[in-house]
Amino acid sequence: MSFTEILFYVFSAVLVVSAIGMITARNPVHAALFLVFAFFNSAVIWLLLEAEFLAIVLVLVYVGAVMVLFLFVVMMLDINVAQMRAGFTRFAPLGLVIALIVVGEIGSVVWVKTLGVTTSAAPASAAAGYSNTRALGELIYTQYLYPLELAAVILLVAIVAAIVLTMRKRTGQRTQDINAQVAVRAKDRVRIVKVAATKEQA
Amino acid sequence: MIPLQQVLLLSGVLFSVAVAGIFLNRKNVILLLMCVELLLLAVNFNFVAFSRQLGDLHGQVFVFFIMTVAAAESAIGLAILVVLFRQRKSINVDQLDTMKG
Repeated sequence: MSFTEILFYVFSAVLVVSAIGMITARNPVHAALFLVFAFFNSAVIWLLLEAEFLAIVLVLVYVGAVMVLFLFVVMMLDINVAQMRAGFTRFAPLGLVIALIVVGEIGSVVWVKTLGVTTSAAPASAAAGYSNTRALGELIYTQYLYPLELAAVILLVAIVAAIVLTMRKRTGQRTQDINAQVAVRAKDRVRIVKVAATKEQA
Repeated sequence: MIPLQQVLLLSGVLFSVAVAGIFLNRKNVILLLMCVELLLLAVNFNFVAFSRQLGDLHGQVFVFFIMTVAAAESAIGLAILVVLFRQRKSINVDQLDTMKG
């Protein structure tokens, strides 16, 4: 067993444990942090699988942006954890059974494919000067140019939708109105009153 | 070197953990969204593993696009969640019965 393989098994074990920790965590904040840990481990495994660019993107985009968004929302909402946990133990056997069925199905498919098939040999690693990012960039910006533009449009739609959904007009709030401040004229603010002079009372 | 089967098995285990999580946490919308993220991660593992096995970069391009769409999905999902919480003061799935579905 090579060192790469040992690393792979260690990180896979940690990944699965943190995923299980995520789905059983009592506190949503802990669940989010477990998910961050799972993403870090996945990034390492992708590095071992020679998908370097995607590993970095996973850390930057998921850990850096998406999970921070999750944590923001979790902390912003006042969640009644006890109420959420009600029924957890009732559904636990069902979840376990479903999980075992899915593991059995996928495992049997993978296992059957190994019987007498010689295609399971792992490929050799890439040459020393090979750049995964460069190769991926050459593919994305030529052959996949239109899908890339579509992905950009999807992100734009997501930005607009998120802002429109969460924006609200609040009443009874004092804000600074720059337009009104600039457009004000002296006669709106100052009223000159002519007062007749009076003699001082002795 | 890492054999293909081990990665596929890892991906399958991860996928089923996420499916179990959807059943366990079916009251909490935030945890449901997190489980969906985990499902997509498991799927991405398959793409990366086969991309490496076949020496074909198109699989990694697909992972790139899946990540884009997943990021957009979670952003909109969380925005909907915030609006929902503002209106109902709760994110319990059991109480979301306005549409009588």
